[in-house]
Amino acid sequence: MKILVCISNVPDTTTKISFTNDNTTFNTAGVQFVINPFDEWYALVRALELKEAQGGNVTILHVGGVESEPTIRKGLAIGADDAVRINGEPNDAFAVAEQIAAYAKDKGFDLIMTGKETINYNGSMVGAMVAELMGLPFVSLATKLDIANNVATVEHDIDGGTEVVECVLPLVLSANKGMAEARIPNMRGIMAARTKPLVQVPAANADKLTTITSYELAKGRTECKYIDASAPEKLIELLHTEAKAI
Amino acid sequence: MPVLIYTEISKGKVKKASLEAVNYGGRIAAQLGTTATAVIIGDADVSDLGKAGAKKILKLKNDKLSSLDGQYLTAAIEQAATAEGASVIIFSHDFTGKEVAPRLAARLKAGIVAGAVGNPVISGNSFTVKKNVFSGKAIAAYAIHSDKKIISLLPNSFPVELTEGTAEVVDFAVNLAGVNSPIKIKEVKKDTSELNLTDADLVVSAGRGMKGPENWKMIEELAKELGAATACSRPVADMDWRPHHEHVGQTGIAIRPNLYIAIGISGAIQHLAGVNGSKTIVVINSDKEAPFFKSADYGIVGDAFEIVPKLIDAVKTFKANH
Repeated sequence: MKILVCISNVPDTTTKISFTNDNTTFNTAGVQFVINPFDEWYALVRALELKEAQGGNVTILHVGGVESEPTIRKGLAIGADDAVRINGEPNDAFAVAEQIAAYAKDKGFDLIMTGKETINYNGSMVGAMVAELMGLPFVSLATKLDIANNVATVEHDIDGGTEVVECVLPLVLSANKGMAEARIPNMRGIMAARTKPLVQVPAANADKLTTITSYELAKGRTECKYIDASAPEKLIELLHTEAKAI
Repeated sequence: MPVLIYTEISKGKVKKASLEAVNYGGRIAAQLGTTATAVIIGDADVSDLGKAGAKKILKLKNDKLSSLDGQYLTAAIEQAATAEGASVIIFSHDFTGKEVAPRLAARLKAGIVAGAVGNPVISGNSFTVKKNVFSGKAIAAYAIHSDKKIISLLPNSFPVELTEGTAEVVDFAVNLAGVNSPIKIKEVKKDTSELNLTDADLVVSAGRGMKGPENWKMIEELAKELGAATACSRPVADMDWRPHHEHVGQTGIAIRPNLYIAIGISGAIQHLAGVNGSKTIVVINSDKEAPFFKSADYGIVGDAFEIVPKLIDAVKTFKANH
């Protein structure tokens, strides 16, 4: 079985966000970059579990510059067999999906996985776009995945519940919490990752359909107003008169 | 060239998130000097779509659409957009929106903003739309350059406004003869509670501070008195104290109700990422150092087992007087 796992390079969850160039550029100074958690914990680790149980190959795909290579190596250290970096700028979901589809179209992958969304741009778009560009089925927000006899059984989140679907491979899916538990790379994995293949592929022609023109920080809450624990009815009054929430 | 809005029925009526999307599409249509057309699948009273601003409703007809399969839906909405000559298509950024809007965008080569929180600023052929980025820590303005444009609206970003408007309802036969999805639905497990968490205006949420699932009765009672949905933090869902679909946060679902009451939740950054869009946040926690207080509008430091019963009584009194 050939599995492709698409990973993004994102600021660590705890990063303090700031912008430069008149609020048009994310300030990467001092920022620790990691594999997007949804791509790593759920998509990559589940792909590795399936490979370990059934045999096959797990390839990591990343669209981005050379600065992403430490992040890609971490994916190899966790256990992926090889990696591909498409040397493009990941600044529009459709352009990224076009790059992935252009690379994957003649490689015969049985399964293409992404995380449910990146934690920096939170678009939740690339998986569905890749599926469309490749004419493949797509299952979003998968929480369980098993494969037997070339058929995937997937449990995924739907509006107000969950659904179990079956689909003959090939399939594109986005992975959500529940698929697998996080793995920490061990020393052997880290050593092995240094010599695993990381191939650089030139960017294909892609259409950038959107551009971020400016950023602003989300407005924080002014200050927490404390209510005495002995008189919580005051809260209900304030929620009505002041917050107008009830 | 009307603005097309994809809408859905849930539990026998048009979803609130769909009405928000129709309001949103209607405002864009007014700016563009055109009208809003809603598309919907299934049978229910759709008069609210007219009240929300749709001038026309296309009822998409094809047996294959009963499963909301992404490949069928994409083809169906594309056909409706072509028939209407629509180049701007609006979704709600809900489960279907996350699956179908990007798929349709790739098919139409339409620039897409997923999870918009503001009305577009329209300048010539370009739309600039704001959306949350960095898991709610910042907002980015996206310019869409393509002729065709898709926006999915983050639920609860705008209040629903209904007027006396009416819409013409037209059946629209979809041709899916050439489309065959390999996805087969084996089982559906739906939450049977009346209030859908993502649609709820008021949410009462509780965490590990409740000490055990047997103590949720008071949380449910407070929610019931307020007319709120119940939610929970990740550890609580992981320990199976509460069902997985109640888990809000970065790895669960993101919600943005008018009022979010967090009881016994410390407020880890991953939890905040799922709730920091809430208009008013109340935090009740026995630990005065709990980080959640920094993101709260109102806080009570104290024992939930004493405070929550008093709140239930206070809500009952409030309801009796209003």
